[in-house]
Amino acid sequence: MKQIMQYIAQGVVYVGFAWFLASFAAGPDYARIPEGQSLIKFSFAHSAKSKGGCRKLSQDELMELAPNMRKPEVCSRERLPVSVKLSMDGKVLYEDDLQPTGLHSDGPSKTYQRIVIPSGNHTITAYLKDTVREEGFDYISEKQINFLPGQSLAIDFTRSGDGFIFE
Amino acid sequence: MWIEGWFDHIFGQKWNPTYCLGALGYYYFWIVSISGIYVYIFFDTGIPAAFLSVEYLTNEQWWLGGIMRSLHRYASDAMVAMMVLHIIREFAFDRYRGGRWFSWITGIPMIWLIIIAGMTGYWLVWDVLAQYVGESTTELLDWIPIFGEPIARNFLAPSHIDGRFFTLMTFTHIFVPLFLLFVMWIHLQRVAHSRINPPRGLAIGTFIMLMVLSLVVPATSQGVADLSVAPSPVALDWFYLWVFPLADIFGPGMVWGGLFIGSFLLLITPWLPPAKKVTPAIVDLGNCNGCTRCAVDCPFNAIAMVKRSDGAAFEHEAVVDPDVCVACGICVGSCPTATPFRRAGDLVPGIDLPDLSLATMREKVDTATAKLEGPARLMVFGCDKALKVDKFRGKDIATISMPCAGMLPPSFIDYVLSKKMTDGVVVTGCRRGECHYRLGQIWLEERLDGNRDPRLRKRVPRDRILRSWASATDGRSFEKNITKFKGDIELLGPYGNENPTEKDEAGQ
Repeated sequence: MKQIMQYIAQGVVYVGFAWFLASFAAGPDYARIPEGQSLIKFSFAHSAKSKGGCRKLSQDELMELAPNMRKPEVCSRERLPVSVKLSMDGKVLYEDDLQPTGLHSDGPSKTYQRIVIPSGNHTITAYLKDTVREEGFDYISEKQINFLPGQSLAIDFTRSGDGFIFE
Repeated sequence: MWIEGWFDHIFGQKWNPTYCLGALGYYYFWIVSISGIYVYIFFDTGIPAAFLSVEYLTNEQWWLGGIMRSLHRYASDAMVAMMVLHIIREFAFDRYRGGRWFSWITGIPMIWLIIIAGMTGYWLVWDVLAQYVGESTTELLDWIPIFGEPIARNFLAPSHIDGRFFTLMTFTHIFVPLFLLFVMWIHLQRVAHSRINPPRGLAIGTFIMLMVLSLVVPATSQGVADLSVAPSPVALDWFYLWVFPLADIFGPGMVWGGLFIGSFLLLITPWLPPAKKVTPAIVDLGNCNGCTRCAVDCPFNAIAMVKRSDGAAFEHEAVVDPDVCVACGICVGSCPTATPFRRAGDLVPGIDLPDLSLATMREKVDTATAKLEGPARLMVFGCDKALKVDKFRGKDIATISMPCAGMLPPSFIDYVLSKKMTDGVVVTGCRRGECHYRLGQIWLEERLDGNRDPRLRKRVPRDRILRSWASATDGRSFEKNITKFKGDIELLGPYGNENPTEKDEAGQ
């Protein structure tokens, strides 16, 4: 009788452990984005123009270089920061001056932003400046998007083509 | 200890799962490995091939592939559960200091490897959960400024990801567990006679439990990943993926800081106060004949047998590593020269504990038993790590406590009975399978049963010995056992003329 009770108790322990495993192996649910919200992932890695600009080499200077090193222009390594702004319906969601990466500040400026927004119809405008200009932006893209709940919009940037890419 | 006591009642001391949490972890690892190999045979890398191959296993081949997938998941989760319980238990019972520091700190990278292995496994399914894990992991990694451009960009949009990514993840998911296996092997290097398999009954029971769970609640995917839709909500595996919600709440910097500070604190735990200094065992070459018993019986490989250095006519001598020795005294219990009958000269065995030498022990026993009176005089040999025996001392009960019951040379029992110092002997210590120093209780049992050197002599009447293993919380049952034993001894009467004849001893 005692052994039967032991087996029953063992069964209870096993069922309890199985219940514990099943309860936390696939749940409880976790919502990273609240219900009725959408997501914008704004990210790029982009090198701005050289900070010091470029200079043409003279003929004498070129002749001093090895034949395989004779580039007509020399540019400073250091890059300008990339100024960026993202707005929704005229309201700024994100704005920053992204410094170039690298020990010599010659790497690309980069960003990765997750921005949760309310679902619905919105006008998204992205701005980017990668030159020495003092006012305005070099690239501006605007798009009217009807965000469904849970929808994720990716905004990337490439120098070739139209600049910003909405996916 | 209460919990362990309940499990003792339910499973018996032999099958008690709380005594073999580490072994259960190893067992689950093998289940994960075997089921993983099977799943890998059918796994296809690529988008959406990865998702479809797992769906095939889950739905069309549910009778084997689906079960294997579920076993893979649930055994992985059970492994994490065992790992956490194992850490808590070793910490709670102060089993991480001294000679155990090596096992403790080699366990820390295992935590990381197990979690990483689990996370990479979830990426491979390429369902909504995989997308969530992929995005969250890369976002977390991007906080560390080592990547040229954010690796989370790989999950920016559907066009950003390709099938080669799965090849990399598959390699990681195979390599990390292999490395984990290597660390698991290192983890046990300082543990002699380590037990990496749970008792058969427990292994069968837990496997049946996993099988039934796999059939009743099979592991399923959460719909194919779609990078144009945010993966939310997701049904998380909280055994592995708890770190991501924490990163959402506290930010990746706090999470990394917490993980590294937590790991660092765990690493230095064996050296944190209160420091407990023990004086390691010492070898007396004049009495050591190099028999190797102490080296074989040491639970922590703290004793090495090296070439004789004193010119004596023996091949080896024992050498104690003071950094590894925990001063449990099990080596003293195993030494054939550790016998209280010796009266010629000082009582110095081949190996001894300075904090409780054999000579001191004999002196204490002599003094304590000299005052005993009554029809059933008992000598109780106890263990510092188990039930405190001092509180049972009385006019007919003498007690002595040692660092571990395994320190007791069986000849001590013979000594107190044959010298008629007591009428019965009680041996107690940690519960079966629960010895603080892992093996002391097992070795003592084997010595009393005559299965391990030094054996208890046959002339010692077994009905005058009570073995009552008791932890600190088992005082009531221990008292009950002693009371009953006293009655038995009274019925037996005083210890008679049971000294051996030469014929008796020759028979042994």
